[in-house]
Amino acid sequence: MPAGASAGGAVAVAAESSVATRMSAPPSFDVADFPVPHGREEEWRFTPLDRLRGLHDGTAVPGGTIKVEVEAPDGVTVTPVGRDDPRVGRAGAPVDRVAAQAFSSFEKATVISVPKEAVLKEPVRVALHGEGGVTFGHTVFEIGAFAEVVLVLDHTGDTVRSANVEFLVGDGAKLTVVSVQDWDDTAVHCSQHSALVGRDASFKSVVVTFGGDVVRIHPRVAYAGPGGEAELYGVYFTDNGQHQEHRLLVDHNAPNCRSNVAYKGALQGADAHAVWIGDVVIRTSATGTDTYELNRNLVLTDGARVDSVPNLEIETGEIAGAGHASATGRFEDEQLFYLMARGIPADEARRLVVRGFFAELVQQIGVPDVEERLIAKLEAELEASIA
Amino acid sequence: MATLEIHDLHVSVETETGSTEILRGVDLTVKQGETHAIMGPNGSGKSTLAYSLAGHPKYTVTGGTVTLDGEDVLEMSVDERARAGVFLAMQYPVEVPGVSVSNFLRTSATAIRGEAPKLRTWVKEVKEAMQRLEMDPAFAERNVNEGFSGGEKKRHEILQLELLKPRIAILDETDSGLDIDALRIVSEGVNRLREGGEVGTLLITHYTRILRYIKPDHVHVFAGGRIVESAGPELADKLEAEGYEQYTKGGAS
Ligand SMILES: Nc1ncnc2c1ncn2[C@@H]1O[C@H](COP(=O)(O)OP(=O)(O)OP(=O)(O)O)[C@@H](O)[C@H]1O
Ligand SMILES: [Mg+2]
Repeated sequence: MPAGASAGGAVAVAAESSVATRMSAPPSFDVADFPVPHGREEEWRFTPLDRLRGLHDGTAVPGGTIKVEVEAPDGVTVTPVGRDDPRVGRAGAPVDRVAAQAFSSFEKATVISVPKEAVLKEPVRVALHGEGGVTFGHTVFEIGAFAEVVLVLDHTGDTVRSANVEFLVGDGAKLTVVSVQDWDDTAVHCSQHSALVGRDASFKSVVVTFGGDVVRIHPRVAYAGPGGEAELYGVYFTDNGQHQEHRLLVDHNAPNCRSNVAYKGALQGADAHAVWIGDVVIRTSATGTDTYELNRNLVLTDGARVDSVPNLEIETGEIAGAGHASATGRFEDEQLFYLMARGIPADEARRLVVRGFFAELVQQIGVPDVEERLIAKLEAELEASIA
Repeated sequence: MATLEIHDLHVSVETETGSTEILRGVDLTVKQGETHAIMGPNGSGKSTLAYSLAGHPKYTVTGGTVTLDGEDVLEMSVDERARAGVFLAMQYPVEVPGVSVSNFLRTSATAIRGEAPKLRTWVKEVKEAMQRLEMDPAFAERNVNEGFSGGEKKRHEILQLELLKPRIAILDETDSGLDIDALRIVSEGVNRLREGGEVGTLLITHYTRILRYIKPDHVHVFAGGRIVESAGPELADKLEAEGYEQYTKGGAS
């Protein structure tokens, strides 16, 4: 592991969840329930608060604009609602002050509903393009029972934004969400993604983060019944000076559910900082749980820093399987040697190795245009690093 | 006329306790069309020689010269050596996750040949080469060496050898871990290339078994980081009968 990297792991068997106790306040919809963070709190210790542009201390004043385009196949409804709508907040309350600030500050929430048993041939696409300034948001995706949906959330432009996104996945439904953070290098984006996975439902999330000055995302999953499945995948490419943080929680609160987490990142340039927190809690009731989580980081140049912290808490012994892995390394010299020993020049060999590193996750996206864009982005990032 | 000349080669590796010399003055000349077997006990430095010729960054050349047709090989980067015609079939081929065999082969053939092979003829060429080595076509879509058995990795090395047609082929224990059928198939692959008469072959092995299939012109005994005896093929028979003991005792290493 290069200097500046840290990785830790813990398997705790505890009556009281340390994931819960190490937060500075319990989840709440009210921003006033959270003290203003100072940076030493467990959930803030990796984040550069001074670059959050006031999202954390109430000084960020809404007034920016963000252009939203929704492309939805027939049958899908888009409805503006208020805070009192029963669907708003159902997948979970904000877990930190910035998320609570979004909840306290948004004007209208949007509920996008897919009726039960609808099998959509085309993805639902929501494109957000920041046009500067501070914005807050709240969106609920309600997927009816046995519906099958692919959803693409696309983020571009410049903004200072905190938003909550909820996924209510009906019983037996299948939802794939691809969230692409392709912001300008000036953007700040904090977002809590909360999924509530129905009985025997499948939820797949692919989080792709390239842009932004600071991006901090909380993908969170809980189960509304037994038999649910969650796959959480992530790809990030952290450049010069960027801070990209992914904080995952899978709450195994129902029996016979599965989860699989795999995040991979590449870092390059001075002060590139990636943070990955993988919390998995297996509650006493969650017998028959099967879970695995993995985070791998490829450090392409000196000066980049990775903090990777997997954390597995098991409250019941009757599980099918649980494991985690975390690794941070430089380029595999042996792989480069092998490719070069076949005549392939160093820069091309590097490109092949990085592409290969991400390939298994890129293939998970399943939306051809997003896959192509991601590959093109990766190539462009690599060109920059090799040049 | 490809000639690889190794003269008084000294190579060290860096260890926690400092630098350790492993090759202690290797002299060897391999000419086009010739096959040289290098035999020696475990740990004598055979792989170190192979890797040093290919330019592995772990090994530091501290003295001596290596030239290919008079060109200084030690000055070349790893990929330049390969493009100059040096090929190393590795004792332990490396897994490259996420890179398919077909992509890998085409990328390396493009680099070695200096232009991308025509797609149509290339597909046929690869398919036929795989057939001859009795490799399932499905291997083309698998990731390079990932999950390959020991024998499959060796076939994959020889597949590359056949496609890249080097001027100097260094085979590091290509025979180890092969059952008798695989040994025959792999040896036939090497012989197909040798029959062209354009390759010089450096066959590194611990056992004489492979020499029944690939007939060397010269046999060298390697011990303690250098060649300690050289002769014709009959030396292999002597090693078969007597082992390496006479070369290792008495502090040859
Ligand atoms: N990176 C290294 N660090 C320390 N020692 C090394 C390193 N590489 C090689 N050696 C040592 O150099 C010596 C020669 O190793 P080498 O692999 O070249 O032997 P070999 O003749 O190929 O053996 P084998 O028949 O087992 O393949 C051994 O003692 C080995 O332990
Ligand atoms: Mg060896």
